[in-house]
Amino acid sequence: MPHLIVLGPQRLEPTVHHILKEHGIDGDIALVSAGWQEREEEDEELREVLGSQCRVHNLRIHARCEDVFHADTDLFEAHRARQDQLRDLQNLYRFRLDKLVEAAQHLFRHLGDPALVLPERADAIAAIQRLDQHHLQRLQLVHQEFETRWRSLERPAIQQQREEIHSVLGYCPTIAIAGGHVAVLLNRIRMLGIETFFANRRLVAWSAGAMALSDRVVLFHDHPPQGAGTPEILDLGLGYFKGLLPLPHAKRRLNLDDPARVALLAQRFHPSLCCALDEGSRIQATSSGWKIYPHTRLLHSDGHVQHFSHATVLPSPHASEHANQFPSRDALPSAEKAAALDSFTSATEIPTLASFNSSTKIPTLASFTSATEIPTLAPKGESR
Amino acid sequence: MKSLIHRLQQHIPVSDAEIDEFLQIHAFPWVEENTVLFFYRGDAEQVRLRHWIFGLPSSQDFFRIPSTRHWVLQADIPHQSRIEYKFEVVQRGHSHWIRDPLNKHLAYDPFGANSVCQGAGYLTPEWTLEDTESRAGTLEDIEIDSQAYGGKRHLTVYLPARFRPRRRYPLLIVHDGPDYKRYSSLKFVLDNLIHRSEVAPLIVALQHPIQRLQEYPDHPAQAQFTVHEVLPLLQERYPIHDIPQMRGLMGASFGGVATLSTAWRHPEVFGRLLLQSGSFAFTDIGENKRGPLFDPVVDFMNRFRKHPGKPSEKVFVTCGMYESLIYENRSIVPLLQKTGMEVEYRESRDGHNWINWRDHLRDALTWLFPGPLWMIYE
Repeated sequence: MPHLIVLGPQRLEPTVHHILKEHGIDGDIALVSAGWQEREEEDEELREVLGSQCRVHNLRIHARCEDVFHADTDLFEAHRARQDQLRDLQNLYRFRLDKLVEAAQHLFRHLGDPALVLPERADAIAAIQRLDQHHLQRLQLVHQEFETRWRSLERPAIQQQREEIHSVLGYCPTIAIAGGHVAVLLNRIRMLGIETFFANRRLVAWSAGAMALSDRVVLFHDHPPQGAGTPEILDLGLGYFKGLLPLPHAKRRLNLDDPARVALLAQRFHPSLCCALDEGSRIQATSSGWKIYPHTRLLHSDGHVQHFSHATVLPSPHASEHANQFPSRDALPSAEKAAALDSFTSATEIPTLASFNSSTKIPTLASFTSATEIPTLAPKGESR
Repeated sequence: MKSLIHRLQQHIPVSDAEIDEFLQIHAFPWVEENTVLFFYRGDAEQVRLRHWIFGLPSSQDFFRIPSTRHWVLQADIPHQSRIEYKFEVVQRGHSHWIRDPLNKHLAYDPFGANSVCQGAGYLTPEWTLEDTESRAGTLEDIEIDSQAYGGKRHLTVYLPARFRPRRRYPLLIVHDGPDYKRYSSLKFVLDNLIHRSEVAPLIVALQHPIQRLQEYPDHPAQAQFTVHEVLPLLQERYPIHDIPQMRGLMGASFGGVATLSTAWRHPEVFGRLLLQSGSFAFTDIGENKRGPLFDPVVDFMNRFRKHPGKPSEKVFVTCGMYESLIYENRSIVPLLQKTGMEVEYRESRDGHNWINWRDHLRDALTWLFPGPLWMIYE
């Protein structure tokens, strides 16, 4: 039975109930719908879909975080300061990213002697990847400094919420993570350390839920009403799986008829599989790789988009490694919890919070130019 | 069939049977690249094209193909243009204005309907059409006892889908609200753009004017009504953010004048303005030549141009290139920019009509009230 099932959007053509049934999953299911923000408990549609097959227990992650903010105002202030810092970092990243992607797009559309053009494209991609990597490391640093200073999971207001969640999860072998506002979802899961409860449970996640579980969260929209539509890394994901980049609502958000854009996206995030998720899409982690079902599309580095007429397994070590062996901070004594963000082993891998090694030498924030001296861009119209 | 078009263009006679066959397959007006061919079949003494394109003669004569009942007119139509028109048919000395019998594309306004010619490259934006995927907002009518106008007034209030009384929303007040809803598909536009997270969920108040031509050109009562009656009432009834950045005012034509003059009379109330084809007539010297209806407009605009102040923070201005007001709207942009406001200006190849205003709504609303598009993956 797969420990991880990734689905496409569920609102219009829900499939989650069929898939749970197919795998014999019934009974008690914990629901994380924090991406719906203050509407997180308006889950009637989902309960209706799941019907009598399952008893849904909404973990109320968003509401619990609000309670924490009220109870622990120091943490609330620190949290806000961190969000401001992340926002500033994002603006700085965009300054550089937009120019690099614009140059790469130009090269991907440029027709010329392949011997001349291809190395330029490759180097343009490498430049974007270096910037993405740099951004991820800076994000990681912000999170690590926050954790080191505030040791959030040890604070009483959070511990109380975690105990309640833990007791609910005691009878829920399956956790469903719905979509919504991906930054809020990720942020709230991380704040209560929900990911530490994932071990030995089945996860079913869709849209933003799938994005949050990945090792990095990539925002994308090829034709927004304002701006250039440059895909950008928002944050480290929860790192529950690697090697798969979920792209929900692809038919509305991505121009998959444009080989240059497809190639650029696929090459930039290689070796991760860029998977377009729409209604009916489904990916499962198996021992031999990712099992891709019809209605899921795969973006290739040469610009073509692969459709699947039947379920196909694409070999990937990540599918088996990361589906079943998630490290559990929860199992450790509290004093060691912050240090449990471990196993950062390779500089070439995209780091995640879950794989962070505090002994790795990463420059401190103070060694970077002060954020207050850097002009900020207007946000893209959204807040975290 | 191209040869038939060529023969029509060359005014070479074509038989009724050939025309019948052609019409079963193709639509008129015939648009090819930057050229349009209008066609009329019928007994007439004269046929003219009547349109509202500033810069071209408002009446253009068709050519009758000798010894036939076929009338043709060839004209330029630049890429992405949209033209509203009628045919003027003269029969037995009487002139009738009719819609093009061969054209099913119509545009409606408070005066009726016109035929529409869509140039190459123009497509009706899909976000203006009803989308069953989009969660629908709701409309409720409220009555307001206006002291400014001395009588009852009506407002229609749009509440976004999944409206929650405990959440706070931005507010947009719309002049000519019912017309925007009816002729510019405002509700579908709001439903779609909010559903797609392109625009923030917002409350929209549609004002119902009674005598718009008197009320909208800088009438003190209109500004008083909007700022001191409508706004407080909405704030009392609905959860609305209480900062200018979350309050918008918009209008088209004379409604654009009402928008600007209200913001000018009450700066720092509305932080977001949308001015569509504003009737911003002014004079540098001499008399207003647009007629007495424009006297209060010109008076206001001349005062505004002298002392613009800073009526708002962000202003989105749109106008059609084929409008007589294009000069005035182009002129106002640098003036607005000089006030320190953030200004965006867009033009389209269209005239002074509700479809033109509709087609700019996405650009305008996503700029004035951006939604969490990049963050939402439901």
